[in-house]
Amino acid sequence: MTAVVPDIAKPGFSFENCRRNAFLAQKGYAVPKATKTGTTIVGIIYKDGVILGADTRATEDTIVSDKNCSKIHYLSDNIYCCGAGTAADTEMTTQMISSQLQLHRLNTGRVVPVITANRLLKHMLFRYQGYIGAALVLGGVDSTGPHLYCIYPHGSSDKLPFTTMGSGSLAAMAVFETRWKPDMDEEEGKKLVRDAIAAGIFNDLGSGSNVDVCVIRKNNVDYIRPFDVANVKGQKQGSYVFDKGTTAVLSTRSIPVDIEDISITPIEPESMDTSS
Amino acid sequence: MSILAYNGGAIIAMKGKNCVAIASDKRFGIQAQTLSCNFDKIFEMGPHLYIALPGLATDTQTVQQKLKFRLNLYELRENRRIHPKAFASMVSNLLYERRFGPFFVEPVIAGLDPKTFEPFVCNLDLIGCPNIPEDFVVGGTCSEQLYGMCEALWKPDLLPDELFETISQALLNAVDRDAMSGWGARVYIIEKDKIVVKELKTRMD
Repeated sequence: MTAVVPDIAKPGFSFENCRRNAFLAQKGYAVPKATKTGTTIVGIIYKDGVILGADTRATEDTIVSDKNCSKIHYLSDNIYCCGAGTAADTEMTTQMISSQLQLHRLNTGRVVPVITANRLLKHMLFRYQGYIGAALVLGGVDSTGPHLYCIYPHGSSDKLPFTTMGSGSLAAMAVFETRWKPDMDEEEGKKLVRDAIAAGIFNDLGSGSNVDVCVIRKNNVDYIRPFDVANVKGQKQGSYVFDKGTTAVLSTRSIPVDIEDISITPIEPESMDTSS
Repeated sequence: MSILAYNGGAIIAMKGKNCVAIASDKRFGIQAQTLSCNFDKIFEMGPHLYIALPGLATDTQTVQQKLKFRLNLYELRENRRIHPKAFASMVSNLLYERRFGPFFVEPVIAGLDPKTFEPFVCNLDLIGCPNIPEDFVVGGTCSEQLYGMCEALWKPDLLPDELFETISQALLNAVDRDAMSGWGARVYIIEKDKIVVKELKTRMD
């Protein structure tokens, strides 16, 4: 490209600020903390599939930065993944793997197995030596039945019938260890997942707000958000609407926006050619 | 001290009924020394789309320029205005690209959907984790104070006039408890047919 037009960034991570940031750190300006999910996430296998559960709090140090964030991420139609750890890492990792799984599905023309998602995720995390701080609970149903994995930031993984992750994992695991049993029915399973997440919400300060649940069966998925509002906010007694003119204004400028036209063109969907 | 608090600054964006507002202070300083009372932290990215970039001032300007470049290419390629959600993804990708050497900014985005004029507010952390709530978002050095003010003052379906008073009072009272921000404030009220920009009278200490 010419010298006038800058190049479009190459794919992959950029390290252009690292030297500057290291210099600043050495001067005493530490790199600020990123949003963590400080989380309780769980998963169980029940009679007809997998149930995943998560709380909905995101924290920046001790501040609650999001009261209703979504921690159960879509990977493919039959696979979902709960994320704990650095919020941006879980979000971006699952997005990247989701697109790779979709390409894999289009190349092979069959439903992707859960073990493929597990393998892609652990390869990705192992490559970055734990610096991508994503702790995941991966669940899904494929032709070989229901599967549940828990994946650690360094790239190791376990295949388990029930698992918990995040800062509230101890509280949630206590519930599972006492009450989990094989071949539970769906209602019993959802109740158990709710109680495990609630244990995290009420006993771990990093977890809070609502309970999200995702039930993955052989042919369909129920993503229930929120499954349970564990903490209802109280009604405000008074109203704090200020009278017009309370705030002293120095100057006002109005920028009119001309809407030239609004046209809505309905398009008939055409089915994609998948014959080859 | 965190490098995010080197230059100071405070930002809020709030949803109203068929409108959104975004407000910032105007201080630019180096630690305790104020250098300017007219420093832009909010940038126009489309007729109904604004982004605020509180944090380290050098990165505020660099990120603004990089985003504008990507946005221009997007709009030339697609030949249409960007949707605020797509723009949030663009910002997220730009920041996450530098996951291991980040820009020190915590962006706040406010806008209306170009077709339906649905309100949209969003903030991101410095490595690009998006947060899209139903009410308001804050950013900058006094986010604790801003969260407190917004939680108390905000309610659903505020009209443009009410939204202006709410966001202004939230900002003014929060920055009075922060030494690093204040020194003038600017509010954008974004409606379907017009954007109203108001400069507020504030304490200058």
